[in-house]
Amino acid sequence: MTSPAAGAVDPRPVKLSCRNLWKVFGPHARDFMKQHEGSVTSADLDRAHLVGAVRGASLEVREGEIFIVMGLSGSGKSTLVRCLSRLIEPTTGELTFDGKDLLKASEAELIDIRRHKMGMVFQHFALLPHLNVQENVAFPLFIQGIAKAERDQRARQMIELVGLQGRERHFPSELSGGQQQRVGIARSLAVEPEIWFLDEPFSALDPLIRREMQSELMRLQNVLKKTIVFITHDFDEAIRLADRIAIMKDGEIIQIGTPEQLVINPATDYVAEFTRDVNRAKVLSAESLMGPATPAASKYTAVPAKAKITSFAADIVESPKPFAVVDGNGKVIGEVTPKAVIDLLSGRGWSAAA
Amino acid sequence: MSDLALNPVAVSRPPSVMRWIVLVAVSAAVIVFLLRGTLPALTAYPNDLVIPFKDWLAGLMTWIKVNFSWFTRSLTAIIDVPLRFAFNLLAKGFKFGTGDAAWTLPRLSWVGVTLVMAWLGYLYGGLRLALLCGLGFLCLALFKLWDNSMLTLALIIICVPFCVVTGLLFGIWGYHSPRVNQLLISPSLDLMQTIPTFAYLIPMLLLFGSSPVSALLATGLFATPPMVRATILGLNKVAPEIKDFADMAGCTRRQKLWRVLVPAAKPSLMIGVNQVIMLALNMVIISSMIGAGGLGYDVLLALRALKIGQAMEAGLAIVIIAIVLDRLSQAIAHKRPDAKQAETFIARNFNLLIAIALLGVTTLLGFVLPAFNKLPDGLTLTSAPYWKAGVDWLTLNYFDQIEAGRVFLLLYFLNPLRAVFEALPWFGVLLVLTALAFRLGGAGLAIVVGALTAVTAATGLWVPAMQTLYLCGASALVACMIGIPVGLWASRSDRVNAVVTPIIDTLQTIPSFCFIIPVVMLFRVGDVTAMIATVAFAVVPAVRYTAHGLRQVPQHLIEAGQVSGCTRWQLFRHVQLPVALPEIMLGINQTILLALSMIIICAMVGTRDLGQEVFKALAKADSGRGLVAGLVIAFIGITADRLITAWVNAMRARRGTA
Repeated sequence: MTSPAAGAVDPRPVKLSCRNLWKVFGPHARDFMKQHEGSVTSADLDRAHLVGAVRGASLEVREGEIFIVMGLSGSGKSTLVRCLSRLIEPTTGELTFDGKDLLKASEAELIDIRRHKMGMVFQHFALLPHLNVQENVAFPLFIQGIAKAERDQRARQMIELVGLQGRERHFPSELSGGQQQRVGIARSLAVEPEIWFLDEPFSALDPLIRREMQSELMRLQNVLKKTIVFITHDFDEAIRLADRIAIMKDGEIIQIGTPEQLVINPATDYVAEFTRDVNRAKVLSAESLMGPATPAASKYTAVPAKAKITSFAADIVESPKPFAVVDGNGKVIGEVTPKAVIDLLSGRGWSAAA
Repeated sequence: MSDLALNPVAVSRPPSVMRWIVLVAVSAAVIVFLLRGTLPALTAYPNDLVIPFKDWLAGLMTWIKVNFSWFTRSLTAIIDVPLRFAFNLLAKGFKFGTGDAAWTLPRLSWVGVTLVMAWLGYLYGGLRLALLCGLGFLCLALFKLWDNSMLTLALIIICVPFCVVTGLLFGIWGYHSPRVNQLLISPSLDLMQTIPTFAYLIPMLLLFGSSPVSALLATGLFATPPMVRATILGLNKVAPEIKDFADMAGCTRRQKLWRVLVPAAKPSLMIGVNQVIMLALNMVIISSMIGAGGLGYDVLLALRALKIGQAMEAGLAIVIIAIVLDRLSQAIAHKRPDAKQAETFIARNFNLLIAIALLGVTTLLGFVLPAFNKLPDGLTLTSAPYWKAGVDWLTLNYFDQIEAGRVFLLLYFLNPLRAVFEALPWFGVLLVLTALAFRLGGAGLAIVVGALTAVTAATGLWVPAMQTLYLCGASALVACMIGIPVGLWASRSDRVNAVVTPIIDTLQTIPSFCFIIPVVMLFRVGDVTAMIATVAFAVVPAVRYTAHGLRQVPQHLIEAGQVSGCTRWQLFRHVQLPVALPEIMLGINQTILLALSMIIICAMVGTRDLGQEVFKALAKADSGRGLVAGLVIAFIGITADRLITAWVNAMRARRGTA
């Protein structure tokens, strides 16, 4: 079985990428990595009393994509995102941003990149307690030395964008968790970053607020089209938001793929464990479920290849006939039977398609 | 505890070898004691082996005085400018010209200052604080203590910003380089905070003479350490995410420090500022011995002349200032930023303008109505006769009882204890303390404790050191015997707690000096007075830590005990006490350190120990003698602190709560 999008090359340019990135904590970690020429095993690390928080991570984040790093606590996802933003200096490996080597950037260059091209949202909001909402949002502009009138105006726009108008004068301690994170989001967007790091932004919120904030993020992304690196430990959240997901365990990336690829073709039992309870109808598209087209297919109702099963499930189960699956040019590439959809919805499995 | 037998951590206890080491050391000490006839050098430190530290230090101080007089003089001249300005502004008024042409710009009106204090209280703490501040300062004026109170206040106003800035800078340095902190800053702070207040006065007296400037410098040295500690602690406590945010926002190092870290650490920093103010007040009072003037000088004069009433009144004025400054600075620290922000200059600085207007108008009114400048004598009160009458009445009617109590304490508690301590052989004590340190904290601690004890003996001050230890130990023991039960009681009943908390808060605010006054009235000079004053001063942490430790025993542990069928006593003995013990030990540690600092001040009421050594050195401006005695006191404090801390840490490590 081949996963549907595997062969297709994403046409969007790469915004941020890393290759064989390591972060090893402990004394003389860099020398140790040099001696071992960049490839060490857990046993090597244990013997040297070192901890490998990120181990040989390679990934590419494309422009305008929501790239999610998913892992349980201690999997190294937070360290990875801090290496990507150079908050933590990686031990070895390559890191490029806009095609430039980010690890070679001097302190001044790094400050410049962060001021204009990067934004970050934190799990516990990291709002400055002594500033009010307006001042918090304007803070990144303030340290750039932008004039008060301009930064106030930009801050007001951002506050409006996240729906907090009227609370400009409130202090963080007077806001609810969800409101505080809206401030955090507004603040990180105030500099109009090209890449947006979100480090478990909704983990500290109640489940209801979390869903609301996820929808809010989708709405913002539809308007802003940022390149997003999003960290989470919640697989459902990852499935809901992601273009692509990287799954981390013990510092290693075990699999990178679209939610659909992960569900159809989990690389390890560990990944399969996560995907087992996922609502497949929401994740899988018509092309994953289709069988070969019969000659009659052109007369059936057509659905696009990328359409999720949920979008036509109600119609197809009431229809006596299969639906035709068409590609972007309207060409029939296969057909989906009502039985396959019913099997999928009832959890009987979807192996028929494979 | 046998119930820990199943706990794997309990297996890693120090092996029995440790016990043998302690046992051998104790037996060796006993043997040294038994052999005191044949080996006297091990009991009393031989005179010809005394290392002349005090001569060396005296030489060093003289050398500094001779070679750096240009520095000390210019420093005096520089500091004198703001100090004189503050004195003139608050207390003396500005005098211009000489002879007939002389004219005076008056000081700030007492009415104005009192009103401004009340206004400040109202802004930060509402009506109650306004009343406290206003009435407090009104009392100062009414009791005719205004001039000296303002001198004291002026010293504090000049000193505190200096201490805060210095402390902040050193704290930032310590935060940025943990190595410097560990090797240099932290040990210096330990030493600075355990050297007794008197010992600071001597080098200042030598280098800067008897003047407000040397008082100011001594105060600055003494009051800065808590600010350094608060800064390091506060900066380290800032959430890592906020630090990450500062980097991600593209802050330069300077922006990160001043725009993010320091403001985010403000609550901790304000606690430091509060402590600086309180310590500065404490020290300014004591510095009156080297020319600070002000209220401390009043107390000192009155005590020397045994004018009980005056001493009491001046002491109360100090207490009033202490309480007002403490409550006000705490209220400012806890004040949340105001949600409403004004745009215009006048609206933004409204409160400042009001304060300036109040001061200006009342001071100008002083030209028309002299009563605004100085409260007419006819309107002032004095409580001195009542205090004197009260004491007279007590001594007249209860002299026998008081005297009996005093003699009883001396004969059956203090004197025997003193005899024991004076007889302790230095070598035996050295052995036992070193072994104990090794057992509790390993080789590093053993070396530190051994060295400190050996140096103490080598200074030739062994006997005074043991006398200090005796009085300090006796006082700390009594303080714990009172404080721990009270803390226990307060932990069990909210009503008791509601009564005890404000009392210990106030006790903690009162400068050490003031505790002596009422006690000396009743018990005259001597060890009993010293002990009682010290107990009153040092009891606070014993109460506070005990109550706090017992109250924070997790509810689920108590429930587990109840479900197992514990009686109330069993619950206390086997659940609450063991869990709270580390906290209680920290309270005892604080009590010992406070007792040590107070015992030294009690040299004023005629104790015979290291404090008296420092006190005499101060009178003779003998810097070597005073500094050595001061350092030995610091060594005692550091030894006690390290041993108890190591014990607490060992206890916590065994429970995995370190």
